Amino acid sequence: MLSVNIQKKLKSFMIDVHLKVDDKIAVLLGPSGAGKTTILNCIAGISHPDGGQITLNGRKLYQDKKKNVPTAKRRTGYLFQDYALFPHMTVEKNIRYGGKNDQLLHRLINMIGIEHLLDSYPHQISGGEKQRVALIRALMTKPEALLLDEPFSSLDHDTKLACQHELVQLQESWNIPIILVTHDEKEAEKLGDQLLRIDNGKLVM
Amino acid sequence: MNMTPLLLSLKIAGIATLIVFVTGVFLARIITRSRFPGKRLLESVLMLPLVLPPTVVGFGLLYLFGNNGIIGKWLSGWFGIQIVFSWTGAVLAAIVVAFPLMYQSAAASFQRYDRNIENAALTMGASKWRVFWTISFPLAWPGLLAGLVLTFARALGEFGATLMVAGYIPNKTETIPLAIYFSAESGNQEAALFWVISILIIGLGAILWLNWWSERNILRFTSNK
Repeated sequence: MLSVNIQKKLKSFMIDVHLKVDDKIAVLLGPSGAGKTTILNCIAGISHPDGGQITLNGRKLYQDKKKNVPTAKRRTGYLFQDYALFPHMTVEKNIRYGGKNDQLLHRLINMIGIEHLLDSYPHQISGGEKQRVALIRALMTKPEALLLDEPFSSLDHDTKLACQHELVQLQESWNIPIILVTHDEKEAEKLGDQLLRIDNGKLVM
Repeated sequence: MNMTPLLLSLKIAGIATLIVFVTGVFLARIITRSRFPGKRLLESVLMLPLVLPPTVVGFGLLYLFGNNGIIGKWLSGWFGIQIVFSWTGAVLAAIVVAFPLMYQSAAASFQRYDRNIENAALTMGASKWRVFWTISFPLAWPGLLAGLVLTFARALGEFGATLMVAGYIPNKTETIPLAIYFSAESGNQEAALFWVISILIIGLGAILWLNWWSERNILRFTSNK
């Protein structure tokens, strides 16, 4: 379980959220600039809150100013909005960067079907393929939670449906807390086991 | 023709480039990634030799490293090292004058790619050191290499500060630019012309190679071949 209770002052408003996510998909829904990505960054340790605490499966990742586990040791998989694939490495090297487990690699590749892309570079593959590669890459580290920042926003309709379907299947077999950030109401309702609406840094009903 | 100026120039510029590359990349990386009061002032000071006449740099170095200078006195008293009027003085002058070129190229290179690429590597459990060597350095490399070539060219051509700090001592501190000046001064046009052509060839060669290399490198990440 992932528990987040943080405050962080931004330029024009204050982020102040309390949320708990069990081993299912929680959707963080809100307009652009509502603080969604900053919350994910705080959970991953890329940004630092001003106060509060973050706990993952009983492990304290952050507590006020006393504890701040570095990003590399948090075990939070992160799918960035633009995927952030390493442009100078092939798909296979991207995937193997965080984990060398061949068994897991083959399981993920079979599940998501990208074996034909392994020797390609990121600039040679399509948006949907990038999304799949980034997802596998994040899972190769066996994360204890998965953070997805607008993962489907740059995909065409059919690819989006296929990727959404894959994500739901993945959650069923993987069983970790997943936080998905989106501004798309339909997507949120379709995928979210738990719906968290956010505006100006605060959760709204 | 005595080839000492060529060998001396290559030695001095080579050592200076190596030192400037390591310190420039290191400082650029640290400074561009951190926020602290006085950051702009520090960056301006580091860039200062670019806009100052080399004689000002030479004067400053003499003031600090001369036999009666603050650092010079300490170096000669404790280690018996004399910087001025030796080839190490020429290395020092080349380092200070060429540093801003490397710093500027490196700072720009580390800001050119998406920061989330590094963040992604961190979330995968990579140490900062590993992220630097496997992600940041290769992605910044085209810009770093351009800085490296510019630094070498600038170090090779350094004249004013070198003359003030290292002086003109044939076979000891006589680099190609100094050889050109003093040959022309003494009416030895033939020697001056020889060194002018030599340095033209080296400079043109470096730039041609750099252009060819960066074009090839850019194609690698962008074309579908």
